[in-house]
Amino acid sequence: MKKTITSAAVLSLLASTALAADKTVTIASWGGSYQEAQSKALFEPAAAATGFEVKQETYGGMSDVRLQVNTGQVSFDIVVSGTGSAARAAEEGLLEKLDYSVIDVSNFMPGSYSDYCVGGDAFSVVFAYNTETYGDNGPKTWADFFDTEAFPGSRSYRGKVSGALEPALLADGVAKEDVYTVLDSEEGIERAINKIRELKPNISVFWSSGAQHAQLMKDGEVDMSSGWNGRFDNAQKDGGKLNFTFDGALMDFDCFAVPKGAPNKEAAMEFLAEISKAEYQDDLPTYIMYGPPNLLAYETGTITPEVAALLPSAPDNAANQLLIQTEWYEKWETIAEEMYQEMLTE
Amino acid sequence: MSAASTLNSDGLARDERLERLKLFGLASPAILLVMVILVIPVGWLFYVSFLGADGSFSLENYERMIERKSYARIFYTTFEVSILTTILCILIGYPLAYFMSQLPNKWANICLITVLLPFWTSLLVRTYAWLVLLQKSGLVNEWGMSLGLWEEPLRLVHNMSGTLIGMVHIMLPFLILPVYSAMRQIDRDYLKAAANLGASPRRAFWTVFFPLSTPGLFAGALMVFVLCLGFFVTPAVLGGGKVIMVSMKIVSNIELFVNWGAASALGVVLLTLTVGILWIASRFLNLDTVSKGGH
Repeated sequence: MKKTITSAAVLSLLASTALAADKTVTIASWGGSYQEAQSKALFEPAAAATGFEVKQETYGGMSDVRLQVNTGQVSFDIVVSGTGSAARAAEEGLLEKLDYSVIDVSNFMPGSYSDYCVGGDAFSVVFAYNTETYGDNGPKTWADFFDTEAFPGSRSYRGKVSGALEPALLADGVAKEDVYTVLDSEEGIERAINKIRELKPNISVFWSSGAQHAQLMKDGEVDMSSGWNGRFDNAQKDGGKLNFTFDGALMDFDCFAVPKGAPNKEAAMEFLAEISKAEYQDDLPTYIMYGPPNLLAYETGTITPEVAALLPSAPDNAANQLLIQTEWYEKWETIAEEMYQEMLTE
Repeated sequence: MSAASTLNSDGLARDERLERLKLFGLASPAILLVMVILVIPVGWLFYVSFLGADGSFSLENYERMIERKSYARIFYTTFEVSILTTILCILIGYPLAYFMSQLPNKWANICLITVLLPFWTSLLVRTYAWLVLLQKSGLVNEWGMSLGLWEEPLRLVHNMSGTLIGMVHIMLPFLILPVYSAMRQIDRDYLKAAANLGASPRRAFWTVFFPLSTPGLFAGALMVFVLCLGFFVTPAVLGGGKVIMVSMKIVSNIELFVNWGAASALGVVLLTLTVGILWIASRFLNLDTVSKGGH
């Protein structure tokens, strides 16, 4: 009896490995509550539907991909990335071109996919303010954020250039449509940095992570901070006295890319096609407050109007936001970053 | 010289050569290890620092440091933090070590354990603990305000003062231990003799005790200063992104700019400065006694 059980177990084990060898994809993401949400909303249900074996790993970003590709030891099939770093990685030849005959992006938000990276979720760079400090008459625009006379108090701002210059220009009176035109020169970048330089005496912390800016606002350590909507949302739910708006926010995407020479490239494309479907994407807000880039997800009925009001990519919220332009980051990020880091040491 | 003694000294010399060879043989695993994990990587660091963006030999990584004002400011901040931390450590650590050296053995050992206790807690944990304690709504501010010591919350963290508080806390044992060990070795009879010759306690301390404790003080101060130069975690967490030290610039060179050459060049400059400081220090005091922490 015992023997038969063992052999049955061995058989089933063999069978499952045989099945797994058929279609396997290894996905690397950033871990934490973020990857958990992705796993529950996208990876696990899609794996069940397709029969693929999905292996999940965490990684440190495109620098890991660079190392893998350059040493010829690619182990990831799909990686999660910011659009900006994906664009830079694509420039360096680290990514495979995505096969949009397999992946259907006809209902994706404009700007949420590129040749090398397909959107996974939308997030916004917003500013949050302490509702105890400012009461009902809180700051409403980036101009208010930069206005220390009307709104005295300490600020926190990003310690990296990504997503930092656009709000400064908006505050400086540049129209949403013209932000990237103005930024398309060193003078324009300097203009944005000067605006931050002006605010610098009131910036008590230059934050380096999402957890940090959420904590700063929750503890009341600063009165206003730029940051990501999902993090502020969590801080609010944890009892933090803060508020934020999508008006004038900067919308950006996290996206999925396939490293050059990925061991299961075809399977990766098929799997990306699966998780890009509205039926998976509409579950994402159940686990984390980031919006699906596939707009059909708003029509399946899973996302209620109340939840949609909190999502960056919901049509009502998206209308008042500035969409991030990855082309600008490809062209200017390194130069702008050097100028920005220079400003930080002053 | 007689033939016998030549024979004798020849034999002794041969024995000595053999002895050296044996000793070298015994030391060779350690020497090999140091070569593999220290000398070769540092050599590699030097090599990479002279590679330009296109991979050819170039001085651009060093030129950048001269051209860009931020590098001078970063080195200035690094030295500012290191010097201030060292001074504060001396001001706090020396009296404490003196106090401990005067205690009976049993109590001195208990004090020593409390000095060492923080050593057994992770550096990162201690740094974050300071963040929690020092912030606007932290314990220090709340107690201070409820005791009426100050009205508005003090800005204790996310700036230079927060960085210094954290660094001094972490560096203190490095100063106290060598100073204490030097002080324990001072013979109390010297002080009695000084008193016998009519010196006041103050005079006896400054002319007899203090000079005898300086090797330990120099050793501790040097150790603190050199460790501070390369510090990363504490200024990064407690400095609010505004106290930027060399080590943080090395990280941003790699993470933001993927520029290993620039990062290596900074590493080389930091290493050179450290070695230079040790060399200068060795001109003024005998490093051999310093490393023994006594006289």
